[in-house]
Amino acid sequence: MIAELGHAALIIALGLALIQAIVPMVGSFSGHSSWMRLGYSMSLGQLVFVALSFVCLAMAFLADDFTLSYVAKNSNSELPYYYKISALWGAHEGSLLLWALILATWSAAVALFSRTLPLLLGARVLSILGAISVGFTLFLLLTSNPFERLLPMSPAQGTDLNPLLQDFGLIVHPPTLYMGYVGFAVPFAFAIAALIGGQFDSAWARWVRPWVNLAWVFLTLGITLGSWWAYYELGWGGWWFWDPVENASLMPWLAGTALMHSVSATEKRGVFRSWTLLLAIFAFSLSLLGTFLVRSGVLTSVHAFAADPERGVFMLAFLALVVGGSLMLFALRGPAMRKVADYSGWSRELMLLVNNVLLISAMTMILVGTLYPLIADVLEIGKISVGPPYFNFFFVPLMIGLAVAVGIAAFTRWKSTEARLLRDKTKLPLLVSLLCALILPLFLGADYSPSAAITLFAVFWLLATIGVDLKDKLGGNLGRITKLSRSYLGMQLAHSGLAICMLGVGLSIAYDESRELRMEPGQSAMVANYQFQFVGIDKIAGPNFTADRGQIRLLKQGQLITSLYPEKRHYNSGGQMMTEAAIDPSLTRDIYVSLGEPLANGAWAVSLQVKPFVRCIWLGGLMVALGGLLAAIDRRYRRRKAPKSSDLSAQGAIL
Amino acid sequence: MNRLALFVPLVLFVVLGIFLFKGLDRDPTELPSALVGEAFPQFSMPSLYQQRLLSKDDFAGQVVLVNVWATWCFACRIEHPMLNQLAQQGVKIIGLNYKDQNQQAQQWLQKHGNPYLFNIVDAQGTLGFDLGVTGAPETYLVDAQGIIRHRRVGVVDQGIWDREFKHRYQQLLGEGE
Repeated sequence: MIAELGHAALIIALGLALIQAIVPMVGSFSGHSSWMRLGYSMSLGQLVFVALSFVCLAMAFLADDFTLSYVAKNSNSELPYYYKISALWGAHEGSLLLWALILATWSAAVALFSRTLPLLLGARVLSILGAISVGFTLFLLLTSNPFERLLPMSPAQGTDLNPLLQDFGLIVHPPTLYMGYVGFAVPFAFAIAALIGGQFDSAWARWVRPWVNLAWVFLTLGITLGSWWAYYELGWGGWWFWDPVENASLMPWLAGTALMHSVSATEKRGVFRSWTLLLAIFAFSLSLLGTFLVRSGVLTSVHAFAADPERGVFMLAFLALVVGGSLMLFALRGPAMRKVADYSGWSRELMLLVNNVLLISAMTMILVGTLYPLIADVLEIGKISVGPPYFNFFFVPLMIGLAVAVGIAAFTRWKSTEARLLRDKTKLPLLVSLLCALILPLFLGADYSPSAAITLFAVFWLLATIGVDLKDKLGGNLGRITKLSRSYLGMQLAHSGLAICMLGVGLSIAYDESRELRMEPGQSAMVANYQFQFVGIDKIAGPNFTADRGQIRLLKQGQLITSLYPEKRHYNSGGQMMTEAAIDPSLTRDIYVSLGEPLANGAWAVSLQVKPFVRCIWLGGLMVALGGLLAAIDRRYRRRKAPKSSDLSAQGAIL
Repeated sequence: MNRLALFVPLVLFVVLGIFLFKGLDRDPTELPSALVGEAFPQFSMPSLYQQRLLSKDDFAGQVVLVNVWATWCFACRIEHPMLNQLAQQGVKIIGLNYKDQNQQAQQWLQKHGNPYLFNIVDAQGTLGFDLGVTGAPETYLVDAQGIIRHRRVGVVDQGIWDREFKHRYQQLLGEGE
């Protein structure tokens, strides 16, 4: 009964979304303000009904209602209650419902917090969000209905949730990531509304900026959480695999980062307008493309969900309509690119352009790498496999270039910057970073590592330029930090986070030490000055699994630091084996221990890893996200009255 | 001219869309190789453990599986227990260690078990290119005459072994005797 209620709620939500998509848009052309205002109430109503549907599915999971095919495939009565809830988004149908819920949430948020928006723009934005919602709800109802019953042959017990997904990381990672993905629907809707209305000026940019920042913050957090989850849950110490699904999240992030920077130039200086619009379309299109790639099965992936061509066709048609339609609109109504630029060399505009070029190059190369197997297959040309070597080859230099550019950009001014000023400001950071790059690797590892030196150069260059700029702004008085705008502090925090993240990536790769060996109880092994004593194995039982749990004592110079307990789990229902690594974390190094296979004579294959600074990767990610948040809550976005559009709006109105 | 430039993203997207549409009909895990029914390419490559060059003669006259794998390949980990099991049943498996590093590959085999008779080291991916390898893992069934009889892109598990390989393998073994 509950499932039917959920199904019905979803159908009602579809109806409301249809009204939200059509009526305000028609009203915006015919001039009926009451029609235009309808979008606000419809989006709130939609949220209520999608949420109701979501709650119904969650209740079906909690009640172990295995007459629902989706519940039977992804849950089990032995699961703890929190995994029963997170199992809801453990597979295709439920994660789409989560998508729909999050879209409805963003849509309602726009309706609630954009009361200051001109009615015309607000109505169109909500109408476009409604149209996207129609597409997704239809997709759910027609091809991926989570409320489908397995009657009369319903199983007594569920198949269970994939053990890899039975983890805290999976409770929080997908919702956060989807908040980011779907969040880009808001800037997208703003861009389309602007294209329809032919008005994109500084005021438009100011309205859209906090939404871009917020979506981007969630996406940053989501990617960081995903990488952290892969690190401790996949059991072999990697944190990024260039897997198609990961690439699908990184591409919108790169486009979103470019958008965030481009829109700031549009707001402050009225430049890059067509570019900003295009990036807003790109960021959301890439989110949709990511969904298509993951759901259609055109690419194989470790995150493999069932490949289903029918869903693929629907997704592709939706993608063609949304992306093709918006790019067509852009081509017909986009602002003509201006040849004459009113900024010169070393201006902040130019640095933002450099930033955009680097980010979009990185995005393009990931797109090509991700789709290459598919394209080569369709063209039936020589087959070249694309693995991590390809991605690293292009991505690493681009990111180093980005770090250098970010450092210079900190000192640039709008319009133009004196070369002499730049020289003065960058002298000290250059010296500091060169010294650090040359000297620090001598102490960090036995062999001098050039890759560590390059990493350290980029990291200290970034940190030092940020330090110098902060010192200038504060004038030696730390108390003035509260006087600085949140968006400035957010920017510096995010850029520092980038440096910290790069530090983690570079040093953990350069100084990673690992041994895979056969250990008998009582044996010891040394890895990078740490002694690992294999005490033995005991059997333990969890709520829905049994496990062999190893005990490994970790010593440094004879002193016991801690005992680590890696597990090899055997899940009761699916019979799947899972490696649960044990980690002793600290900021400067992680000790990572995992169990391999049992061998003869009570011995086990054991993997021992020391990973310097690996934690900085996620610390950096968190700092970046926090910086974005700080910038998003800058005071100037919360003025009750929208500032008057500048004279740029006159130029902005084309056609 | 400027206005035409605005159409560039649309055109690019249409091209991409055509590829995506064509890609839908294709099952990425089952690619018929142009090489099925043809001879396994000639090669001369180092061995993972022995200090010598391997060639096609090293498995001539035997029915073998050639398994393309690498330590960077996540799915290979999932596939590996199945290979170990097949090796125990007496299936001859030859590893093609693809774009990998020897030390890591050896550690990997030590940790997960070694189902391979021997391993061909294809660090540059040249043999992989001749074979038309799209990525790891891939598995080729090669008969006693050195002809490729079947190819699987992606993980071979019990179901795929039973459906696609078992009868072919047994038939080929029968022919040899």
